[in-house]
Amino acid sequence: MASIDVNGKSVEVDEEGYLVDLTKWTKEAAEILSAQDELVLTDNHWEVITFLREYYEEYQIAPAVRVLTKAIGKKLGPEKGNSKYLYELFPYGPAKQACRFAGLPKPTGCV
Amino acid sequence: MAKVKFDIPEFRPYPTIPILKPGVMKGNGPFVAKPDMQEALGFPGELIDDWHDVAIDKMGDLLKKYRSLRVFLDSCVKCGACTDKCHYMIGTNDPKNMPVARQDLFRQVYRRHFTLAGKLFPKLVGAKDLTRDVLDDWYNYFHQCSQCRRCSVFCPYGIDTAEISMAAREILDTVGKGQKYCNEIIAKVYKIGNNLGLPKPALANTLEGLEEDMKDETGIDIKMPLDVEGADILLITPSADFFAEPHIDGLIGYAKVFYQAGASWTISSYASEAANFGMFIGSYENMREVAERIRKAAIDLKVKRIVFGECGHAWRVGYSFLNTLVGPFDFLDTRYPVPQHICEYTYDLIQKGVVKLDKSANDHRRLTFHDSCNVARATRMGDKPGGQFDIPREIIKACCNYYYDMEPDTIKDQTYCCGGGGLLTDDLIELRVKGALPRMEALKQVVDDHGVTHMAAICAICKSQFSKVLPYYGFEMDTILSVHQLVSDAIVLTTEVKTPG
Repeated sequence: MASIDVNGKSVEVDEEGYLVDLTKWTKEAAEILSAQDELVLTDNHWEVITFLREYYEEYQIAPAVRVLTKAIGKKLGPEKGNSKYLYELFPYGPAKQACRFAGLPKPTGCV
Repeated sequence: MAKVKFDIPEFRPYPTIPILKPGVMKGNGPFVAKPDMQEALGFPGELIDDWHDVAIDKMGDLLKKYRSLRVFLDSCVKCGACTDKCHYMIGTNDPKNMPVARQDLFRQVYRRHFTLAGKLFPKLVGAKDLTRDVLDDWYNYFHQCSQCRRCSVFCPYGIDTAEISMAAREILDTVGKGQKYCNEIIAKVYKIGNNLGLPKPALANTLEGLEEDMKDETGIDIKMPLDVEGADILLITPSADFFAEPHIDGLIGYAKVFYQAGASWTISSYASEAANFGMFIGSYENMREVAERIRKAAIDLKVKRIVFGECGHAWRVGYSFLNTLVGPFDFLDTRYPVPQHICEYTYDLIQKGVVKLDKSANDHRRLTFHDSCNVARATRMGDKPGGQFDIPREIIKACCNYYYDMEPDTIKDQTYCCGGGGLLTDDLIELRVKGALPRMEALKQVVDDHGVTHMAAICAICKSQFSKVLPYYGFEMDTILSVHQLVSDAIVLTTEVKTPG
């Protein structure tokens, strides 16, 4: 099993780079995961990651892209409440890439 | 996940037979399913010690169970008609992606164990033992077939490579080497009710949010009912319709159509999935178990009709297999098809004048239609041959003023696969991008010739696959739309609801 090094501690990830144990997530882990994709997390990234984690806490699943864009539109302004903006933040897709940074499991299915 | 580096195929000035690059797609195949995913489906957790004997026994079982399989294995005359018909072959140039070569991976073992000549003189008839190398080749190359069946259209004997791929995948599952993407999803359906793993509270929250959006957009209370006992219609739709873009706009389209028809309808949280990945892995037992959930939901909710949303292989299972898998459905209203496709439902209402459409609402779009493989080659819609081609096109044309078909040898029964199928996973992204080449070329042509801006489809996998691969070919990811998104934008909603249609 692969792992990432977070402040000297080894945290397990699966073959696609998602955390195996969601409780092991920390902000540092998110930064290391994003660095793997050559991304530097800004405040706007963190807004998305925080929302994803809150939603997951309540519903045990990542939000639909539509739910996420609406929430981000409310927080960051309507011009940012669209999936184009989210793709600018997370080029590999808000659902998959942002979930990985947030320590959530990968969404499965025809998505 | 580190970025995968690979060359994106270039558009060809005109279709040519690819220059072969033997072994270019040789590899370990997609990620292998974890033990818990395998076991949830009734398969061994990992590759068993006596895999060889179990695989040969299973092949013997399948040959008895499916006469078609033996006919397909016996009847190939190596005429070559299929060789350049596979999108993966065209996109990758790997000769093992020629449908005949893919079949031969299976056929060589069949000949060795199930034909007299192969038992006595294996070398003379191309028979081979099932070695570990051959098994690994199976795993790799039978996961480079999306089971789209385009090759079978051109085969003079009608050999269906998809059935051979399905048999190979079932044998692989039986010896403990399943594909992670498909098997993880089927396990989720058993546990939670859909491919996504979307639990009821999350589904309810999503639907409520969409009701709010529709209210904001139209000023009308358009409902997305969940688990309503006694509703007339049960909508079975892919869970991607609750989650992904542009799928969710299609779901909004269905809701508007149901509203305008004054229909009583519901979604089920128990059967919140139309997709049936049991088909992709060739497992009759798993396909039946997934389908059984639809039957149970229909009985529990006491509905009269079942309507399927936009999902390609779901419609194949729905149209072609549902009755034999989990029928009879004599408890439903027999005046309607069991099941009915949402396109049939909407088309009928357009014909009756219940659904009125303002074409000018889509004047900012110039459209084409991508026929999804399973709908095109394995099903029908309506009561006329070719209805599965005509009905979605008629709906689109009723919704817009500008519609252009792609080249005739890339649509309808000759349609090219999107490149996704049951391989819609990030670990196969290279294959997915390369396999999309023929469709992207055909799209490019209508974009150049007719200024086409959008391509509509009626399959969740096609929509997700295109959203992902379109940018590799220089198109915007939102070039792909749901057919019912066009309906959603063009439908004229009235507050005075008509009687049920």
